Amino acid sequence: MIIRPYGDTLDDGAVQLSFTLPVPDGPKGREAARLFVEKLGFKHVDVVHSTALSSGFSMYVAYGKTETSVDYAAIQVEEATGAKVYTMDEANAVIREKLGRKVVVVGACTGFDAHTVGIDAIMNMKGYNHHFGLERYPELETFNLGAQVPNEKLIDYAVKVNADAILVSQVVTQKDVHIQNMTEFIELLQARGLRERFIVCAGGTRIGNKLAVELGYDGGFGKGSYAEHVATFIIDRLIERKTVH
Amino acid sequence: MESKLALSQERIQKARELATSIVGPVLDFVDLHTTVTVERATLRLAGADGADADGVPVPNLVVDQLKGRLEDGALLYYVNALVKTGGTVADLNARIAGGLDVAALPLGDRGTLEAKAAELVETFQRRVKANRAHREAKQKQFEGRNHSPLLYVIVATGNIHEDTKQAVAAAEQGADVVAVIRTTAQSLLDYVPYGATTEGFGGTYATQENFRIMRAALDEVVEREGRYILLTNYASGLCMPEIAAMGALERLDMMLNDSMYGILFRDINMYRTFVDQKFSRMINAFAGIIINTGEDNYLTTSDAVEKAYTVLASQFLNERFAYAAGLPPRLMGLGHAFEMNPTLHNGFLLEVAQAQMAREIFPEAPLKYMPPTKFMTGDIFKGLAMNSMFNFASKLTGQGIHLLGMLTEAIHTPFMMDRFLALDNAKHVMNTMEGLADEIEFRKDGVIANRAKEVLEETVVFLEEIDGVGLMPAIEQGRFADIKRPADLGKGLDGLQKKGPGYFNPFEDFLKAELGL
Repeated sequence: MIIRPYGDTLDDGAVQLSFTLPVPDGPKGREAARLFVEKLGFKHVDVVHSTALSSGFSMYVAYGKTETSVDYAAIQVEEATGAKVYTMDEANAVIREKLGRKVVVVGACTGFDAHTVGIDAIMNMKGYNHHFGLERYPELETFNLGAQVPNEKLIDYAVKVNADAILVSQVVTQKDVHIQNMTEFIELLQARGLRERFIVCAGGTRIGNKLAVELGYDGGFGKGSYAEHVATFIIDRLIERKTVH
Repeated sequence: MESKLALSQERIQKARELATSIVGPVLDFVDLHTTVTVERATLRLAGADGADADGVPVPNLVVDQLKGRLEDGALLYYVNALVKTGGTVADLNARIAGGLDVAALPLGDRGTLEAKAAELVETFQRRVKANRAHREAKQKQFEGRNHSPLLYVIVATGNIHEDTKQAVAAAEQGADVVAVIRTTAQSLLDYVPYGATTEGFGGTYATQENFRIMRAALDEVVEREGRYILLTNYASGLCMPEIAAMGALERLDMMLNDSMYGILFRDINMYRTFVDQKFSRMINAFAGIIINTGEDNYLTTSDAVEKAYTVLASQFLNERFAYAAGLPPRLMGLGHAFEMNPTLHNGFLLEVAQAQMAREIFPEAPLKYMPPTKFMTGDIFKGLAMNSMFNFASKLTGQGIHLLGMLTEAIHTPFMMDRFLALDNAKHVMNTMEGLADEIEFRKDGVIANRAKEVLEETVVFLEEIDGVGLMPAIEQGRFADIKRPADLGKGLDGLQKKGPGYFNPFEDFLKAELGL
């Protein structure tokens, strides 16, 4: 099944575009806009509107028709890594339904790393980039211990508040200091016989799921991860454990 | 202004009395304390600036040297070092950046130090008064050229030099106010970086040099466009008073400034930030800087219809905190927002009720009205429609500071054309209905008047509850924005310091005298 965009007739390929060019508004700017849209592969290009945004910038609205098509039947959607990602509301509903108690999460940026940016993006009420943080989830009880938290202290705190999950954030990666620090954390947990008690996640711009699992964590969250990814991971693991035990 | 809602003056008065009673104990606590950033702000007012080779700012170097002695006031040791070394403030800054320990110098005669400090206060007050005079002269020269409400846009490239291009373009398109949003989590840094910066995440570092660069760029537009452009930044977070000090020195015109926001949304310790807020508001008051408060944020966590009273209650509290710091109503940009669910039947009437109510209760305050954000999606077409409704409500109810909604809210930081479309939309809506407010009265028992009455009443009940338990315990119990913050947790508590018997701060003394406190 071959498809094209639909304006008002099947297969007309009609598309609307709007964009800004770094040139003044005027006949030359409009011609530049028309040529640009043509170069994108559109036919019957019509620049229907232009306006000056400032002395050196102009905005355009244009229409064009395309012959480009896609084979709808042949499309395969890759499953996102892991299961479905819950929205904040879904996450809370799943916790209420499947776990029936608050889930306790403790997080910190560990070692000498003074950057709270990562852990705050995941945990702070305000969250990051319009993705609310874990503090905002009514069914989560969260403790953000901030930065420069020694591994030992983080574990003590997790034991004290009877945490379900521990989040370890590492931003500084010079000389692989994050790897040493992350490894030490897992070794400490194992030495105290606590590794299985918690779901342990690592996060940071240079930390992917692969690295985290290699170092003995349950999961890792790198660039593009938000609170809902972490929440989904924790919740699904807790449900898994509940069904197993 | 003629009341359209027939609100009970007795209930408004009652709310103000409750706010005074609630804020009182907090202010008593504040007056006995200082903080590391209050001390650093004082040093900045005195001229402390620069940074060492590792980028640690001079004010931080000084305060860090004074561990255990901060109760005397950091300025005492700074001025002492100035007298002992005998050079200029700039010389001393360079020496401190080079490793001079001001704590190691024996203290000189108090009278000599007071006289030297008085000179620094004099230099400071001349500079800030000149800034104020310049602003007032330009506003008078270009009177009537700004929009009403003021159209407020944000730039956020991370690079101050790119920011100036965006800000200039926005000003040319009609913006009256430009805010340079800060880089993610600057509010949690317990220092203010030094110098011009070109890298930030979702915003640009607030530094004194960045302030100066943006001010200069906007001042050029002011002359070209014949319209005063107000510059805004964020005196919030862990360095509230320092940012206020930098803003006073570099002629910013508006500052986000609300410790309740920091407590609730940034997990900053409440003792610390209430102390910081008072000193920062005193600086803002003296510099003629309009503060913006953050009540709008409550509605991003709580429901805007159900919890509307928390916004009004917080406005009453912020008004009282502002008075206590010497701010006149014309500098109180009390916050609120257009954040109700757009699918709510007759929701627009409730939005108008809330906005009109705030207008009538705080008639002289330039209310800061925030656009829809919570229900903005990737549907830019619906987003534009929602922003039009917001623009309409704002003009209809005579708001003071109108933060423009972006059709691409929730997608990315605004493209240049997004900002243009927002300004174009606001100018279109506000021009076409300019005189409508004067034509309209609301039915005495109609939906709008009744809603306003109801919210005011809920507010009084809520304030009575808070008055019963105290403001800090109320925050601990999660009564604002549904967020609980323990009084002895949160960031920055270790920077709190009880003032000693010999606490030395002639800048604070000067501001108090100047502001009649």
